[in-house]
Amino acid sequence: MDLIANHISHRFGDLAVLDDVSFTVGAGEVVAIVGPSGCGKSTLLSILGGLLQPTSGTPELRGAPPADSLNPLTFVFQDFALLPWATVEENVEFPLLHTQLSATQRRGLVDDALRRTGLTDFRATYPKQLSGGMRQRVGISRALAVRPAILLMDEPLSALDSQTRELLMEDFVRLLADGCMGAVYVTHNLEEAARLADRIVVLSRRPGRIREVVAVPMTRTERGEAAAREKLLALQNQIWSLIRNEAIDAEREVQHA
Amino acid sequence: MLDRAGLPAKDETTRRVRFRGAGFVPASSRFGGWIALALVIAIWQAAGSAGLVNPLFLPAPSAIVRAIYELALSGALWQHLSASLLRIGVGWMLGTAAGVAVGFAIGLSRLARSVGITFISALFPIPKIALLPLLILWLGIGEEPKIATIALGVFFSTAISVYSGVDAVPRNLIRMAQSFNVPFATIVRKVIWPGALPAILAGFRITASVALLLVVSAEMIGAQYGIGAFVLQAGNLMQTDQLLAGVVILSVFGLAVGKVIGWLEIKLLHWR
Repeated sequence: MDLIANHISHRFGDLAVLDDVSFTVGAGEVVAIVGPSGCGKSTLLSILGGLLQPTSGTPELRGAPPADSLNPLTFVFQDFALLPWATVEENVEFPLLHTQLSATQRRGLVDDALRRTGLTDFRATYPKQLSGGMRQRVGISRALAVRPAILLMDEPLSALDSQTRELLMEDFVRLLADGCMGAVYVTHNLEEAARLADRIVVLSRRPGRIREVVAVPMTRTERGEAAAREKLLALQNQIWSLIRNEAIDAEREVQHA
Repeated sequence: MLDRAGLPAKDETTRRVRFRGAGFVPASSRFGGWIALALVIAIWQAAGSAGLVNPLFLPAPSAIVRAIYELALSGALWQHLSASLLRIGVGWMLGTAAGVAVGFAIGLSRLARSVGITFISALFPIPKIALLPLLILWLGIGEEPKIATIALGVFFSTAISVYSGVDAVPRNLIRMAQSFNVPFATIVRKVIWPGALPAILAGFRITASVALLLVVSAEMIGAQYGIGAFVLQAGNLMQTDQLLAGVVILSVFGLAVGKVIGWLEIKLLHWR
């Protein structure tokens, strides 16, 4: 199943946020979206996931989703969006409650998702008892439970400290390794984009337009090796040079706002 | 000489950094409140026993306790208390049920919000006790107008706390549920209801005291039995020990309701 951004533009009142953005995320592909602050990255993700109506253009799907997928387009949120009154297990089961699955089937999916994120021993704990990294693991576990075709990740690591970020990035590499799941990964962190994405969509300053689409010519496994470090740094510098001046302008604009 | 990695040499004088972080912590001691209360009662009792206070104006705590005991023995306490409890219970439940329903409607529907908030803003500031004469005209002189007064008072506060609670449910949780295609009714049941519950229970604390205030006022205006009627009667007869016995009973009732709501909060909001 492919996800297509088809000439998407969006305005909040008089403020143009996105301008004619088009790209395709192929099955199993990871596409990162980077750009200066306020360029509409998160807005674009909300539109792609059907949580926001674009002013013009359409988010589209091509091809059938995998047969076992309960929610082909599944979000992982920056602020985790966990139900504070529910345990880890209940949070992971939450998106399955309204499905036709039996309690045993739901339990199987929850167990599998918890196991893949290393949360099996924490199933009875509440979100407030967990660290930020573990809370995001619950968010990822909940997303995995519905067997997504494409994960829509909105800066999933930006609320975490750098060590936790590193650990979770390794988790992402592992989860995306088999190519069964694609992802749209919105981030302001160029290192995350270079480590995870097959292609990086670089947006301009508001209103966000596609400035360039940069392909990452390495497998994710190769990128973890020491030899790839220089190439990844060069790639990050290339992208940074594309957005640096606009990022400076965007920052000044925010400060004057 | 100072060793960079360790302690200063022994012959060097050092000064301890002064601690500046004391105070401004909103904590209370466990028994402080009870000790202060006991102290006030003891002084009050001592002043009464020593004849420093005229018992007609302020009877001693022992006289109030005796009055309560005698009221309990004669059965009058239960007669008055049961009449008040019935009015509060029925009035509070009716007002709460309607308030929760209307509060949720306002919180969830744009149409209900625009209509509901207009009416609530217009009617909420009216002291509900002022409507009692009108309610007597409409409903007769029985229990109904008193119950209706309490229900009205409870209704507005409940509706406001419920829709404020619904408004305060984090939008990111609702968006999360929508992103998983969770149906509307399940979002209300599993996200909005538990998310609004802290505000709803906080509203219950307010409505419990509103109900107590209104039952006493309504009983003072027109009732033969009830704590309000009893307090008014005792005041008219200058029986201040009886009057204060009624006040103490009201205070204990208010405290008991507060405890029940506190217990509910611990049970239902343990996740906080």
